[in-house]
Amino acid sequence: MLRLVKRGHVSKRERILIYFLSVLAALVTSGLFVLLMGHSPWQVFQSMILGAFGSRLRFQDTMIIAVPLIITSVGIMIAFKMKFWNIGGEGQILIGALFASYFALNFSDWPRPVLLLVMLLAGFAGGALVALIPAVLKVKLQTNETIVTLMLNYIAFHLVTYLQYGPWRDPNSKGFPKIANFSANALLPKVFGLHMGWIIMLILVVAITILLRYTKIGYKIAVVGESKDTARYAGMNLNRIIISSVAVSGGICGMVGMIEAAGVNYTLTPSLTGGYGFLAIITTWLSGLNPVAIIPVSVLFAALTKGGNFIQTAFQIPQSAASVIQSIILFFVIGAEFFIQYRIVGKEKG
Amino acid sequence: MNAFLHAAIIAGIPLLLATLGETITEKAGHLNLGVEGMMLLGAVAGFATGLYTGSPVLAILAAILAGAGGALIYGILTISMRANQVVSGLALTIFGTGFSSYMGSGLIGQKLSEQMTDFFRPVAIPLLSGIPLIGDMLFRQDVFVYFSYLLCILIGIYLFKTNMGLNLQAIGENPSAADASGIPITRYKYIHVLLGGALCGLGGAYLSVVQVPQWQENITSGRGWIAIALVIFCKWNPWKSFFGAILFGGLSIVGFRLQQFNISQHILDMLPYLVTILVLAIGRENKKNSAPEAMSLPYFREER
Repeated sequence: MLRLVKRGHVSKRERILIYFLSVLAALVTSGLFVLLMGHSPWQVFQSMILGAFGSRLRFQDTMIIAVPLIITSVGIMIAFKMKFWNIGGEGQILIGALFASYFALNFSDWPRPVLLLVMLLAGFAGGALVALIPAVLKVKLQTNETIVTLMLNYIAFHLVTYLQYGPWRDPNSKGFPKIANFSANALLPKVFGLHMGWIIMLILVVAITILLRYTKIGYKIAVVGESKDTARYAGMNLNRIIISSVAVSGGICGMVGMIEAAGVNYTLTPSLTGGYGFLAIITTWLSGLNPVAIIPVSVLFAALTKGGNFIQTAFQIPQSAASVIQSIILFFVIGAEFFIQYRIVGKEKG
Repeated sequence: MNAFLHAAIIAGIPLLLATLGETITEKAGHLNLGVEGMMLLGAVAGFATGLYTGSPVLAILAAILAGAGGALIYGILTISMRANQVVSGLALTIFGTGFSSYMGSGLIGQKLSEQMTDFFRPVAIPLLSGIPLIGDMLFRQDVFVYFSYLLCILIGIYLFKTNMGLNLQAIGENPSAADASGIPITRYKYIHVLLGGALCGLGGAYLSVVQVPQWQENITSGRGWIAIALVIFCKWNPWKSFFGAILFGGLSIVGFRLQQFNISQHILDMLPYLVTILVLAIGRENKKNSAPEAMSLPYFREER
């Protein structure tokens, strides 16, 4: 008979090996899927990689997806560290974008650096405000934050849709329901061909890494995540730590909203989140709540998306096939966690 | 008014079935955020099978199997491999969305056979359909709707009045105690997670086979998430979820009829989620009305 035993310490090498094997297994499985579609898996995977990294332009396209994914992941991670399951990234991004758009649409005559900075701060405030709702409810009423953050995603979505069809509708769009495009003043400048969101991303990753690893606040967050009782016993103000770090978590997601509005969409639309809020939950989890590991994991997922777009034109494989491959990889990597946590051993009789 | 109530039931049925499914799943201690994905899997499988075989029964069976199949992936990950439930459920939704639109890409614009649409034509139940107001609303519907009523009643009885149902609730509340009293935890969890998936698949199939009835990409358009909200709104009670589903179903179509009063459908669309947050925040005092205690915690016997 077989039974499970919990592993003690797992070395970094073992961990990487397990993940590597799981990705390999996922590639074999999705290869079978590609084979069933009547294509050569080798060719399809190769052109996915080429499609994502094959030229400067394609690499830039991949990074356009990777940047918001990385920032959202880093934001969500702060909450996850405290075992606060913030799955409201989508809503926080949207409300952040909404706040930023308010300034972009109404104060476009401000000097560009001032306007952009205000927009970024407004984005942070918007995201933080949305995140405060589940945080306060959790602290005061022990409400399940998973559900509240999830619900807020849809409230945000319908709110922005309402604005798009109602009060914020662009009267000059010839009856087409859309919010007006931002003026040039409110657009993120490009640095090396890519909107400067990537610089904000690098700053945030470094800052959050330092915050979590080397500061007192980071230490407190870690303690709250490990054991609330310990934190309370050590005299920490539990509620304040939870509320403020969840607000920061949401605020960072809100900044993504500003970057996506001012750097990619040039306006506010309900679909601006691009599903990053959800995908980031997965990338954050897979990177083991490690801000540095978030970068390669997110780039991998961005490459899968971009590569998926590419094979659509190259092989006439629908875009949806790429998300199937993506989810197959997901299933395997999620499963890999099991082999890190547990060992299967033979049980002796008797 | 009559027409509106009638339509509210039709809009509520996919929500009801998915809510029943998620209620059972959560009672087993598993929060499955893959509802939307499983609904889509059921919708595409049901429609494709109906299209190619022309058999309504096979179409429904296929939807059940597809929903349960999605739940099986989730079950292996979260029950056997003790993976994080939120992440696994989201991955299932991504899979279901992608897989259904891939499989459905050839189905767009196709029509179901006469035989199929006839089978799901509304049938008035004698006597009952004569009741004023609710007669027309409840008892002049298609067989799928009547089948859903039956499921709703039976699942309620199962959960509250049978030994198995009570065992299931024990698992969701306190798995170690349930384990100690000899309930086979893993088997129970698998059965009910799969059952939950099957119901979500059915809900999806109602959309693609009966309500629309055509294949559209992403045909569920967020109903799976409303179902997750409904489970809470109806306090994990299958009978209450009948009323909840009609209410939320009605809300989703009422904007069209209120245009003259200048009430936007988009504002109304927010209500189900707002109400759910309120219910969650206010209704926590009463133990009977709250979430299963051990929901979303993996169970590992040796860690008791």
